Amino acid sequence: MTDTLAFWPFDPVETTSGKVVQMLAAILVFIAIMGIILFLASLAKGRSGDRAVGYLYLAPTLLMLLVGLVYPGLRTVWQSFFNAAGDAFIGLDNYATIFSDADQLTVLRNTVFWVVVTPFVATAVGLIYAILVDKARLESAAKALIFLPMAISFVGASIIWRFVYEYRPNQGSVKQIGLLNQVLVWLGAEPHQWLIDSPLNTFLLIVVMIWIQAGFAMTVLSAAIKAIPDDVIEAARLDGVTAFGMFRFITLPSIRPAVVVVLTTIGIATLKVFDIVRTMTGGQFNTSVVANEFYSQSFRSDNQGLGAALAVLLFVLVIPIVVYNIRQLRASEAR
Amino acid sequence: MSSAPIAPVTVSDAPLKAPRETAAGKAKKRLTSPWASLFAVVLAVLWTLPTFGLLVSSFRPQRDIRTSGWWTFFSDPQMTLDNYRSVLGTDQAGGLGDYFINSFIITIPSVLIPVTLAALAAYAFAWIRFPGKNILFVAVFALQIVPIQVTLIPLLTLYVDGGIAGTFWPIWLSHSIFALPLAVFILHNFMKEVPATLLEAARIDGAGHVAIFFRVLLPLLRPALAAFGIFQFLWVWNDLLVALTFAGGGNAVAPVTVALANLAGTRGNAWHLLSAGAFVSIVVPVLVFLSSQRYFVRGLLAGSVKG
Amino acid sequence: MSINSVGPRWRAALAGTVGVGLVLGLAACGDGGGDDSGEDTPSAAAIDCAQFSSFGDLKGKTVSIYTGIITPEDKPQIDSYKPFEQCTGVTVKYEGDKAFETQVLVRAKAGNPPDLAYVPQPGLLAQLVATGKAVEAPKSVSDNVDKFFGKDWKAYGTVNDKFYAAPLGANVKSLVWYSPSEFKENNYKVPTTLDELKTLSDTIAAKDKKPWCAGIASGEATGWPITDWMEDFMLRLSGPEKYDQWVKHQIPFNGPDSSAALDAVGGYLKNDKYVNGGYGDVKSIATTTFQDGGLPIVDGGCSLHRQANFYAANWDKDTKVAEDGDVFAFYLPGKDASSKPVLGGGEFVVSFANRPEVQAFQTYLSTDTWANAKAKLSQGWVSANKGLDVNNLSSPIDKLSAGILQDPKAVFRFDGSDQMPAAVGSNAFWKQTTSWITGQDTKTTVDNIEKAWPK
Repeated sequence: MTDTLAFWPFDPVETTSGKVVQMLAAILVFIAIMGIILFLASLAKGRSGDRAVGYLYLAPTLLMLLVGLVYPGLRTVWQSFFNAAGDAFIGLDNYATIFSDADQLTVLRNTVFWVVVTPFVATAVGLIYAILVDKARLESAAKALIFLPMAISFVGASIIWRFVYEYRPNQGSVKQIGLLNQVLVWLGAEPHQWLIDSPLNTFLLIVVMIWIQAGFAMTVLSAAIKAIPDDVIEAARLDGVTAFGMFRFITLPSIRPAVVVVLTTIGIATLKVFDIVRTMTGGQFNTSVVANEFYSQSFRSDNQGLGAALAVLLFVLVIPIVVYNIRQLRASEAR
Repeated sequence: MSSAPIAPVTVSDAPLKAPRETAAGKAKKRLTSPWASLFAVVLAVLWTLPTFGLLVSSFRPQRDIRTSGWWTFFSDPQMTLDNYRSVLGTDQAGGLGDYFINSFIITIPSVLIPVTLAALAAYAFAWIRFPGKNILFVAVFALQIVPIQVTLIPLLTLYVDGGIAGTFWPIWLSHSIFALPLAVFILHNFMKEVPATLLEAARIDGAGHVAIFFRVLLPLLRPALAAFGIFQFLWVWNDLLVALTFAGGGNAVAPVTVALANLAGTRGNAWHLLSAGAFVSIVVPVLVFLSSQRYFVRGLLAGSVKG
Repeated sequence: MSINSVGPRWRAALAGTVGVGLVLGLAACGDGGGDDSGEDTPSAAAIDCAQFSSFGDLKGKTVSIYTGIITPEDKPQIDSYKPFEQCTGVTVKYEGDKAFETQVLVRAKAGNPPDLAYVPQPGLLAQLVATGKAVEAPKSVSDNVDKFFGKDWKAYGTVNDKFYAAPLGANVKSLVWYSPSEFKENNYKVPTTLDELKTLSDTIAAKDKKPWCAGIASGEATGWPITDWMEDFMLRLSGPEKYDQWVKHQIPFNGPDSSAALDAVGGYLKNDKYVNGGYGDVKSIATTTFQDGGLPIVDGGCSLHRQANFYAANWDKDTKVAEDGDVFAFYLPGKDASSKPVLGGGEFVVSFANRPEVQAFQTYLSTDTWANAKAKLSQGWVSANKGLDVNNLSSPIDKLSAGILQDPKAVFRFDGSDQMPAAVGSNAFWKQTTSWITGQDTKTTVDNIEKAWPK
């Protein structure tokens, strides 16, 4: 803010050393805040002290969420009852549009496909792979291969899959660019325009999401598998349990909470997905999903009201997932 | 103090290694059929093939990329480093260097802050009794669904009013906020898995919530923290939207992703540049993943069977 | 922890990368300098510094610019500001961003706009004005625009009778790319009427070659090239007055003129004998990217591709773009040889601050001085500035485009979809025409677009 002050951590900085210093300062500020919280927590005694510690530990998180997510979320709910420009109250009209307009109904149908297929397939692939390569030689290299897609940005992913789905006609000098069509040509079949036919195209886009998310599932589940105590496994082994039995009776029950976490996380990520759809088809050919439609209505079509209503629909769609998790939580507490 | 029940846990790592390897080796022979191995290999190939195609493409000349498939490379190898040259030479001032530094400056606090805060919050949700706990937990969990896009304008307005727009602060704060719901959810579920007996024992030894958090839970949660840390690292590293909105452009604050997104040119496609760019930016996340593998070690929870 | 452990290795790798980048960057500069812009690095000497004296002492001030113009077009932009910077001591901070069109609205709404933004659509300009953050152009800019630009161009920068934004660059969309050598070998003549264009297409088709190629895939903007096609035909078949009414929605989108225009486009793009050379059947237009759309001309896959002058950026480096080269473009003819409607687009400079240095820079951008300085520096750039000397343009396609823009007989109209409300111009129009190319009939298409028009 002032030039006389040699260093003020909230000033814009241009030099590399300045940036590093600012980052370290930010970390120090953060550590100081944590220190204060922990110091206060260490003073607490007894049952009421417990309560105080609970709120104290939550305070920074809740404060940030309140400002950063709850307030914008409520604002969105409010906007969803207004028209495109946001200057006239129109009640539930935007919601009526979502559930009556033919295009929007396709959007809802596609969203259901995405949410039903992606979490289960991605989790299954990740789990199977985590078990198969567990303790294998070169395990970490093998895991890196599945993990790789997670490390690629969406821009990269969309190019990668373009080289899979791209179509060229089967004529004289023209060569295929997409791997999938090249395989068809090698097999003597006609190449196909994969991204045009609905609903097949939606599933082909889902494949991309599964390809990305399996790495997440594998990593978390692998960590969970590794947390299964050796003696449990050893005991089962001495009892002569088969490989499948080991999976069914030892591995799966032990990592069940992690599986729930993974399914839930991928489910929510899938609901929010829009980059894949936007970069690969732009939501055309009946491939749009709620999150993409929300983005295009809010930021492209200048229809703030409908965009907000679609965002609220996302909140609503996540309720079943929330309920499922609460039940899991209750069940595990009862155990 | 609480060290008694913990000691075998933390130590179990190293000393057990030798005997465990042999037991595992024996088990492997019994448990894995050739079919299973084949299946794993097939999966790995399927998952890697598309990326491999991009890798090959990134070394092919611009025109070849457009007119023939990447597999043509093997029958007619035409290789060039031009794509990488153009990518790394972007911006006369010094290539992507500035942007890489920005990416690190952005990513490190954006991982540390939410992971630490979420660990504290998750501990409170998992092991401290206080009124309103369940409602609050469900609320935090459900906040995962708020699309980041709805927060952009309100948050940016706040940052402008607060006078920190154009610095790294809005990016750090925003990434931390967006990460918290998922981080709290995941870490909470891992914390719940820690046997209550361990905590009871520590309590009886007179440990308070601060000591229990640091001495009992944090060591046990290393795999979970590492796993979540990696993903947060990736999301922040690959993020474009938050950076675009809060960083502003220019090489003062913007990360690598912003520089790469602009590679395509005003009206161009530039697959050749984008494919090379994708591999330039992938190097760091993969290194982070490989180097964090050692935190996923079996036996961290050994001896702490849930009763 | 994990980050530290890779630290040293990473740092070494990074150091190497930066080093390589620097060397390569220098090498590239050395190569490029000779053949395009090396000799005339602009300086204050080239312009009259006195024109900025009325703005006072601006030394040390900064003007920030936010735009969607990025690599490689950003470099000539930045270089063309140097005379101004040297005259006034102002630093111009340039920020190019591929996501400009959505981000500029977010920033304006949040109260964090740049000083100046280069807006490519009048529709977006209106949205920015609606945020209340844009400020009117100063008198010096308005006077320059009166002097150097046509009335129509001033109107595109005007919202609610207030003049906000001066035109910057321009593009010409009524162009058809072709291969001069193919035309010469086969004795094809550049058509001068729509009928001749049709005859030419038939002649090529009779030789068992699909004459046209097209691509409309463009991520979220998929479909926009068809909107340009349709606007071009609307302008030709119904005339500029009807076109204006159509854009302003004074006549319905599903009226007879509109349907006739789309059907005329269908005569080309939905004609199996005509398309899609090098890419397959009609439907393949939908999945071919617009950047790839015309490329088969070079390989002989097709002969004709209707696309704006900026398509020049998509040819490979070794493709010669000239009247006697590998590819070139001709003016998409009018209905008859006497009428010369031109469809085009351009950017406008909208300001969010009225500080003197910002106004001084706006004024500079609206002069013929700047247009000529910019012309000398760039490839693939033209302006509707009447003070632009065509001889300052270096590439043949730019000369052709500028010639069309400055032709006194030409009737210029701005891209219609860029002026329509966003719900139509950047959503329904794109989406419905994409469905149309994959099989939807004309009536359903225009009806759906009409339905999407905000009430």
